[in-house]
Amino acid sequence: MIAHSVFFYIFSLIAIVSAVMVTVSKNTVHSVFFLILDFISISCLFIMIGAEFLGMIMLIVYVGAVAVLFLFVVMMLNVAEQKGQWFSSRWDGGTHIPVGLLVSLIIFFELIIVIGGWKYKPDLLNSLSINISTEVTNTRSIGNVLYTDYILLFQISGMILLVAMIGAIVLTYRERAGVKRQSYVKQISRERDEGVDLVEAERNKGVKIDA
Amino acid sequence: MDSYFSILFTEVYKILFLVVPVLVSVAMIVWLDRRVWAFVQKRRGPNVVGPFGLFQSLADALKYIFKEIIIPASSNKLVFVLAPVVTMTLALISWAVIPFGEDFVLADINVGILYLFAVSSLGVYGIIMGGWASNSKYPFLGAIRSAAQMVSYEVSIGVIIINVLLCVGSLNLSDIVMAQQNLWFVIPLFPMFVIFFISALAETNRPPFDLPEAEAELVAGYQTEYSGMMYAMFWLGEYANILLMCAMGAVLFLGGWLSPIDIFPFNAIPGPFWLIFKILFLFILFALVKATVPRYRYDQLMKLGWKIFLPFSLFYVVLTSSFLIYFDLLPGK
Repeated sequence: MIAHSVFFYIFSLIAIVSAVMVTVSKNTVHSVFFLILDFISISCLFIMIGAEFLGMIMLIVYVGAVAVLFLFVVMMLNVAEQKGQWFSSRWDGGTHIPVGLLVSLIIFFELIIVIGGWKYKPDLLNSLSINISTEVTNTRSIGNVLYTDYILLFQISGMILLVAMIGAIVLTYRERAGVKRQSYVKQISRERDEGVDLVEAERNKGVKIDA
Repeated sequence: MDSYFSILFTEVYKILFLVVPVLVSVAMIVWLDRRVWAFVQKRRGPNVVGPFGLFQSLADALKYIFKEIIIPASSNKLVFVLAPVVTMTLALISWAVIPFGEDFVLADINVGILYLFAVSSLGVYGIIMGGWASNSKYPFLGAIRSAAQMVSYEVSIGVIIINVLLCVGSLNLSDIVMAQQNLWFVIPLFPMFVIFFISALAETNRPPFDLPEAEAELVAGYQTEYSGMMYAMFWLGEYANILLMCAMGAVLFLGGWLSPIDIFPFNAIPGPFWLIFKILFLFILFALVKATVPRYRYDQLMKLGWKIFLPFSLFYVVLTSSFLIYFDLLPGK
């Protein structure tokens, strides 16, 4: 049990420190790296409470895919160095700080509500309609609930994600003129007759090929 | 406290017992790769150091150790040093869940296959970190290419894994092997095995998908600025990942430690040897592909991943599940 709590404190310390570092580090790419470290330590915490499926999915989805896209965007946008924007006394007239304050206020109140809800946790467990069995692995129990009781919500969330994805593609797609595309069908179905053209070349005049 | 330390020591002993052979076989596998490659091209390959040139990799390792490690002045130093460490560590930790035999596995966790998948999807960070921290054009382009490629092919590997899991009903790797006692999954899921093999080539940046380090365009891709032991660590990590992909293929499709036929001369050979034979078989296929196939163009690579492999493996998921439901073969009820 001592080892267990030692590991718990190590992972939570890393998670909190890296979460702080995400916001205070000056280099945006470093922020993303700290975010990844945060994700990894949180998935370790998930695994420690026995939710191994959630922990692994967290690693696969957030660290393996989402954070890679974050890194892509940050590297591509070339916003790596934000020299001295934080903690500087100079007010540059930007509007991002009030907006940030508003968002963090909202999150703060949400957190207070969540912590308040913690008080009712024992009642919540009793009032659940699903009986939680410790016999089956948590992958199986999540599947049992997700694909039976909550199938509608699950499908709807999938549809929303799909619509969002298609919307993003439609919004950013633009037809560019003059781009050569490869068509395998065209290449393979090319016959000798249309590919080769025998031309009688006149002396000193050459051949004019219309391309 | 005593028992805690004894557990710690046995675990460390077990881990060393796993990691040291993996490292040695990585060195040997580089030699095998070069020999197979040379064999296809009617060359001799490394044959000078030791018998059959077996110690070539050790000589190379010595050379790398004694070379100077150059850290570019304009690089992001901490990330630059961390990148090969990350690659190497991730390549080694995934071996913890590979079952070498019945009850012969370091960590027999319930979500073994997810763990393998997660760790292999983390592998991209070593490359991105290396490419970005070098602060130079070629490594950066190589890293971007590599990340896009690995993320794309992970998707199809994930769907292929779902195919296998539908037939097993468990995420545990030992269960996956035991489910193949009667029939290896390579037979009913043969198209998936082919796609898995090709995706594994792309996932490990092997030819014909070695665009991240295409020497004609990008010098050496994300490794351009690395030298000495740091370069060697990238290279070791890469080969450890290739071996891991082979092991994954062997466990998912070729029946892991099981012998092909359950009769006397075959089942007398211990399980770990069968797994090693299968890994070697897959690795020789990897090496043959490297020697024979020309490099893909980048748009072809993306097209193959997203427009051919992903729809086809999704279709196969539907096919497999309909088959299992129709014949009432769904496991784990």
